[in-house]
Amino acid sequence: MTKTLILIWNTKPRISVMNRIKKLFAEKQEDVLNIYFTAGFPELHDTGTIIKTLDSAGVDLIELGMPYSDPLADGETIQRSSSIALKNGLQLDLLFDQVTETRKETEVPIMLMGYYNQIIQYGQDTFLDKCVSAGIDGLIIPDIPMDYYEEKVAKAIEDRGLSMTFLVTPETSDARIKQADALSSGFLYVVAQSSITGGTSDISDQQEAYFERLNKLDLQAPRLIGFGIHNKETFAKAAKKANGAIIGSAFIRMLEKDGIQGINNFVKSIKD
Amino acid sequence: MGESNKKYAPDEQGYFGDFGGAFIPEMLHANVENIRQQYLDIIGDPSFKKEYDDLLKHYVGRPTPLYFAKRMSKEIGAQIYFKREDLCHTGAHKVNNTIGQILLAQRLNKKRIIAETGAGQHGVATATVCALMGLECIVYMGEVDIARQAPNVQRMKMLGATVRPALSGSRTLKDATNEAIRDWINNPTDTHYIIGSVVGPHPYPDMVARFQAVISEEMKWQMKEMTGNENPDYIVACVGGGSNAAGAFYHYLNDEDVKLVLVEAAGEGIHSGKSAATSILGSQGVIHGSMTLLMQDEYGQIVEPHSISAGLDYPGIGPLHAHLIKSGRAEVYAATDAQAIEAAYHLTKTEGIIPALETAHALAILKDMNLKEKDKVIVNLSGRGDKDLNTYMEYETKNISDE
Repeated sequence: MTKTLILIWNTKPRISVMNRIKKLFAEKQEDVLNIYFTAGFPELHDTGTIIKTLDSAGVDLIELGMPYSDPLADGETIQRSSSIALKNGLQLDLLFDQVTETRKETEVPIMLMGYYNQIIQYGQDTFLDKCVSAGIDGLIIPDIPMDYYEEKVAKAIEDRGLSMTFLVTPETSDARIKQADALSSGFLYVVAQSSITGGTSDISDQQEAYFERLNKLDLQAPRLIGFGIHNKETFAKAAKKANGAIIGSAFIRMLEKDGIQGINNFVKSIKD
Repeated sequence: MGESNKKYAPDEQGYFGDFGGAFIPEMLHANVENIRQQYLDIIGDPSFKKEYDDLLKHYVGRPTPLYFAKRMSKEIGAQIYFKREDLCHTGAHKVNNTIGQILLAQRLNKKRIIAETGAGQHGVATATVCALMGLECIVYMGEVDIARQAPNVQRMKMLGATVRPALSGSRTLKDATNEAIRDWINNPTDTHYIIGSVVGPHPYPDMVARFQAVISEEMKWQMKEMTGNENPDYIVACVGGGSNAAGAFYHYLNDEDVKLVLVEAAGEGIHSGKSAATSILGSQGVIHGSMTLLMQDEYGQIVEPHSISAGLDYPGIGPLHAHLIKSGRAEVYAATDAQAIEAAYHLTKTEGIIPALETAHALAILKDMNLKEKDKVIVNLSGRGDKDLNTYMEYETKNISDE
């Protein structure tokens, strides 16, 4: 029996330690700061430096965007960073190499965010194996339908010890929120407003009510709030209603303005 | 509206064989699901059907004629019939769908209508039904297309629509569709998105096909009247997303003796790097919420297509067509920019009909089909060419100066 188990263990690439995202939420349940940026942006080989700088600045979790030609859910900022990254020559093989190199120097949890077509073309199993060997911990693929995921993707992700994150919005029904929660092994991505990414308004009472509604649903997955979180105030307000929050477009805009040198100050301005 | 036909109808999840489904971010789910749950009941309701039929008859001008093209038949060496969708109000088949969807939007209590457009025909057809019903209308159109289809932009504006340029990517139909989808994400409660083709997440491909099915419904009785047999040997239609083809094929899908022919835009040549021949150059993947065939690179980045025809300048194809092609039910040809323009001139001079550039692609391949004298061929004449006059004139000027 033991022998069989070991054989199975050895046939698949698996992470030998506890998934870093699970570990993070086991240790920290408040004010988790997740920063999104697009791989290969602003310059092709900035990916690793940005990850390491974010890590040392005290960011808890990094969501690395796989730049896509047609990012349907993204606003102007991330459309722009994606198209620049693609023009810079970023593609998935290079992204995996960059993460593999960076992983030697950091234990910060890293997730990939991208669109399903990228995974289909790469080959689902090949893609997931590469994620594991590069030291990636989880995935956010907003256009995989949940039923399809359960049927065709979930097992491959679970077998490899990767985490998965689904999104819920103010329009998502309670029953569907529960389904997304049950399928989310990393955290549940709480989309703060009915919009594409990149908003800059304050958090409204209506949004707070929606966050409260989620809190009453007795969900199992940790929750991070994203979309429109762009400064200290919105981060603090959102983080109070969940386990933390996600900043993407505002970070990209900072990179465009101040470059990598601006990272420490940016993270400080959110956390302090 | 079409009745579902077993073999080529989508399943519960919207799959035509391997293609279809709804690969959409959660932000779109509530709206798409709302339509999915209600569309069959709404369009099956007698009061809906009556209003739809009345508008098609008295407003759109249906039935459109089926015309036996005597001179063209003689030249090609076959019996050529044209289904005259170019005679629909607004100048193309697109209005069949927008009439259906505006009635649906009213029943869903939506107050704001958005649409994407390539050639501007769907944009005009959407702006038209919005004017008719007094609803706000926003049309997304690629910046490149705004330049090459100026007359249609003016028409949309005169009809009261706001035309918003899509500035991302190749600034054509694909990008206009992305922008419309993003608008819908940002406006989740009051807005209905009238997709113009048999693309997008389920139930759009099926819904739009049902609204266009009136084309083949009429073809059946018109053929019967004219020839004694409702089935032709071939039906030929151009395909970008594929709404006119879906409508022309719909009631013939299960009549396997009727050969279905799709004509894609080869641009400057299928392998020139400037083409929109999706089924030949494409592979399986997800575009605009649907699993289908699309033009993409090895990393799944969507490739920018090219066609002189804005309506065919699209890197995907509706999932129904992907299934018809893969299963062998439909055959695919491709026509280049130059072949299409020549075919447009030829039709104009032979039959006195100026076709849309999109439609001209379907005409261009007739001589290559190895047709026999007795073969009956219906070409779906999907749109008229007024909007393309600039392109036609430029071509003529260029050719004269070349000589």
